[in-house]
Amino acid sequence: MGVGIRVENLNAWYGKTQALQDINLNVQANHATALIGPSGCGKSTFIRCLNRMHETTPEARVEGKVKIGEHDAYDGTSATKLRRRIGMVFQKPNPFPTMSIYENVAAGLKLNGYRDRKHLDEVVEKSLVSSALWEEVKDSIHKKSGASLSGGQQQRLCIARALAVEPEVLLMDEPCSALDPISTGKIEELIFELKAQYTIVIVTHNMQQAARVAEYTGFFLLGRLIEYDKTEKIFTNPSDKRTEDYITGRFG
Amino acid sequence: MPDPTAPVAARLEISLWRRTADHLATLFAVSTVIIVLAPLVAIFAYLVIKGVGSVNWAFLTQTPKPPGEVGGGMANAIAGSVLILTIGSLLGVPLGIGAGIYLAEFGRNRFGDTVRFVSDVLNGVPSIVIGIVAYALVVLRQKHFSALAGGVALAIMMVPTITRTTEEMLLLVPNTLREAAYGLGIPRWRTMFSITLRTATSGVITGVMLAFARVAGETAPLLFTAFGNQYWNWRLDQPTAALPLQIFTYAISPYDDWHRQAWAGALVLIVLIVSAVAAVRFVVRRGTLGGVV
Amino acid sequence: MANQALFRPQMTGPQPVAGEKIKRQASPLLNASDGVFADRVFAWAILACAVIVLAILVLIVWQLVSRSQLSWHAFGWKFFWGQDWDPVNDHYGALPFVYGTLVSSLLALIIAIPLAVGVGVFTTEMCPRWLRGPLSFTTELLAAIPSVIYGLWAIFVLVPILRSYVQPLLAKTLGWTGLFEGPPYGIGMLAAGIILAIMIIPIISSITREVLAVVPQHQREAALALGATRWEMIRIGVLRNARAGIVGGIILGLGRALGETMAVTMVIGNRPEIAKSLFAPGYTMASVLANEFSEAAGDLYLSALIEIGLALFLVTIIVNALARFLVWSVTRGQPARARA
Repeated sequence: MGVGIRVENLNAWYGKTQALQDINLNVQANHATALIGPSGCGKSTFIRCLNRMHETTPEARVEGKVKIGEHDAYDGTSATKLRRRIGMVFQKPNPFPTMSIYENVAAGLKLNGYRDRKHLDEVVEKSLVSSALWEEVKDSIHKKSGASLSGGQQQRLCIARALAVEPEVLLMDEPCSALDPISTGKIEELIFELKAQYTIVIVTHNMQQAARVAEYTGFFLLGRLIEYDKTEKIFTNPSDKRTEDYITGRFG
Repeated sequence: MPDPTAPVAARLEISLWRRTADHLATLFAVSTVIIVLAPLVAIFAYLVIKGVGSVNWAFLTQTPKPPGEVGGGMANAIAGSVLILTIGSLLGVPLGIGAGIYLAEFGRNRFGDTVRFVSDVLNGVPSIVIGIVAYALVVLRQKHFSALAGGVALAIMMVPTITRTTEEMLLLVPNTLREAAYGLGIPRWRTMFSITLRTATSGVITGVMLAFARVAGETAPLLFTAFGNQYWNWRLDQPTAALPLQIFTYAISPYDDWHRQAWAGALVLIVLIVSAVAAVRFVVRRGTLGGVV
Repeated sequence: MANQALFRPQMTGPQPVAGEKIKRQASPLLNASDGVFADRVFAWAILACAVIVLAILVLIVWQLVSRSQLSWHAFGWKFFWGQDWDPVNDHYGALPFVYGTLVSSLLALIIAIPLAVGVGVFTTEMCPRWLRGPLSFTTELLAAIPSVIYGLWAIFVLVPILRSYVQPLLAKTLGWTGLFEGPPYGIGMLAAGIILAIMIIPIISSITREVLAVVPQHQREAALALGATRWEMIRIGVLRNARAGIVGGIILGLGRALGETMAVTMVIGNRPEIAKSLFAPGYTMASVLANEFSEAAGDLYLSALIEIGLALFLVTIIVNALARFLVWSVTRGQPARARA
């Protein structure tokens, strides 16, 4: 069951450079929200602020409020606990190379101390099914290493790994940009199915992808959120001229 | 370079000289290689020729006979080396890896640079000086020579190599793997052990083996720490025999039989070092799955 | 106006149903610890390791300095040019050892430099590709042989050769220089210099290889394009650029030679005397420590030895630091500046 995310007056810095300015945004629960914008506009920084990954960069700073469901992300509880409720999929697939497929998917649970073997088996299977990878690997989940799969399969493995900890939110940072069109298509279908159970925020360079997959879209430019609305409206009748310029390809 | 205004004959003559110089240079370089490799071949040849005959069951299982008597072996020296090396590794390996982890994770600052610099300095300290320090710190306090003192000296020598290689190997692990782990809500310490270190395992172990192979043959730091012993010793606080020490003592002695045993001991030492390194390499290669740094 | 074709086409699959809560199990990690305490312990533990590394150096300096005070107060600077090493009368002058260390290391360098640079140049510039790996591997193997085994081989193989063949020959041909006089014991400064040379060649040649490999290919091509022979190309296009680094490697080799103990102790003769001839036995700072430390009775004796250890420590640190700076300046990105 997904939860909504409320962002109020979010500002973020890398050292002295300000990457995000006064972002206000409400992400709808159980919907997919796409974030678009040209390179360097802050959309990746934004989602990394949602699960406090931004802090792992040295000299990074955040101000503002992020509420995941009822819970304030920056209220002082550890980032580690927060991140277990939020799954993240990165631009380049990054399965753990020294672990088998099974161990990769189970990593989020096992490395956090969860030991129930039988339940782990179930969770691994369920996650691989949800990420549409089960049929392809079910005979070799213990034998093959995570790194020996193809690019598209690796990314689905990473999605399975993220799903295994039963997050409420799934953050995806350009998950298809390193993949071929067929794998991209498979993952877009996946996102479509996952929306039922999770709240998804997806950063994408590809406007068509945003249009295909998300109900809501936010347009970022130079660290500010320019426009945020239903996808249909953004792509057919945007309110801001800058949004229109970007959509029609005048820049970016 | 050819002078274009010179008569043709002169140009050709210069050319001959330059060609000769080129051939001479090549000849010189090739002969240096032969000269340099000759002692290597000679040493290994002598080790085998002079040592093989004497490495027998008696040699490997008996302790030394009194000076002048023929026979006996270096069993206690082999065992002593194992003991001292174990102590040294138990002290030096965790310390070196810990410092290496610190430098890789938190070390991008002045303090980290200082630690790196100090580690390099330590690497260049002559081993006999390290022996003096271990003597001062351990032997003087315990009032006698000991295996522990020898272990401490060797540990000090292992730390710089292990620290530097561990840091290098950890930095080679792509940051995106750490991020994947953090994203799953895995705490930092767990990420380091189960993800980062695990990915860099073979590299880290290679570093440890390099350090180990280097100190396994060291004699100087043991001269006044472990000191040597005619008999078996398994106690940490007593002087202990060591293979390199025994080789040294026998080699400079006036007894022919001890000379013979020195060669045998040297052969055993080299074989032990090489097999230890090879064994670890083999185990590491088998133990890791698929793609590894 | 925005492109109508971007409108999302109908996709199959379950649609989110507004308002209906979908039942899901509570996350199994609900009660898992957040690792904050463990993280803190971890951070402190590795910091402690780093601090201990610093502490080791501090300890070394402290022990060496404090325990050599006795000798320092007794003899001052004269310690280093006093020629008389007399444990019986408790009077100590370390010049013979300083002399022995310097001469043996210098001799080793003279022998090793042309050989090591030759090997380095051959491996990088002249060697067929398939031979490169095995060749560098075998030179590295030389570096892995323990010092005591070098000494063993030197006593029983090198020294007899020197005594029977090399020294008589040198005495006959070059005896007039005064460097090759006296009975050909075999054991002595010459033997020490030779075995040291063998031991430092791998270091110098591997650094040479490293700095030669860093010279950009276009330097070589530029020389060849001008019509240079291979040797001229190496001399002008490669060696000149890598000069600082090679010197660094040589100094690193010097550092190693200064501190080398076992092999030298076994063949140098262990006589604390200063002699011009290379056939004469000598003594180095490291050797006197190896031979006399464990038997040193008496505080002044021990303190004098430790003072020698301190001097050895300081000299090797300075030499190594200089060497590393030179090598670093060539291999770390800065293209070596061509001398005018």
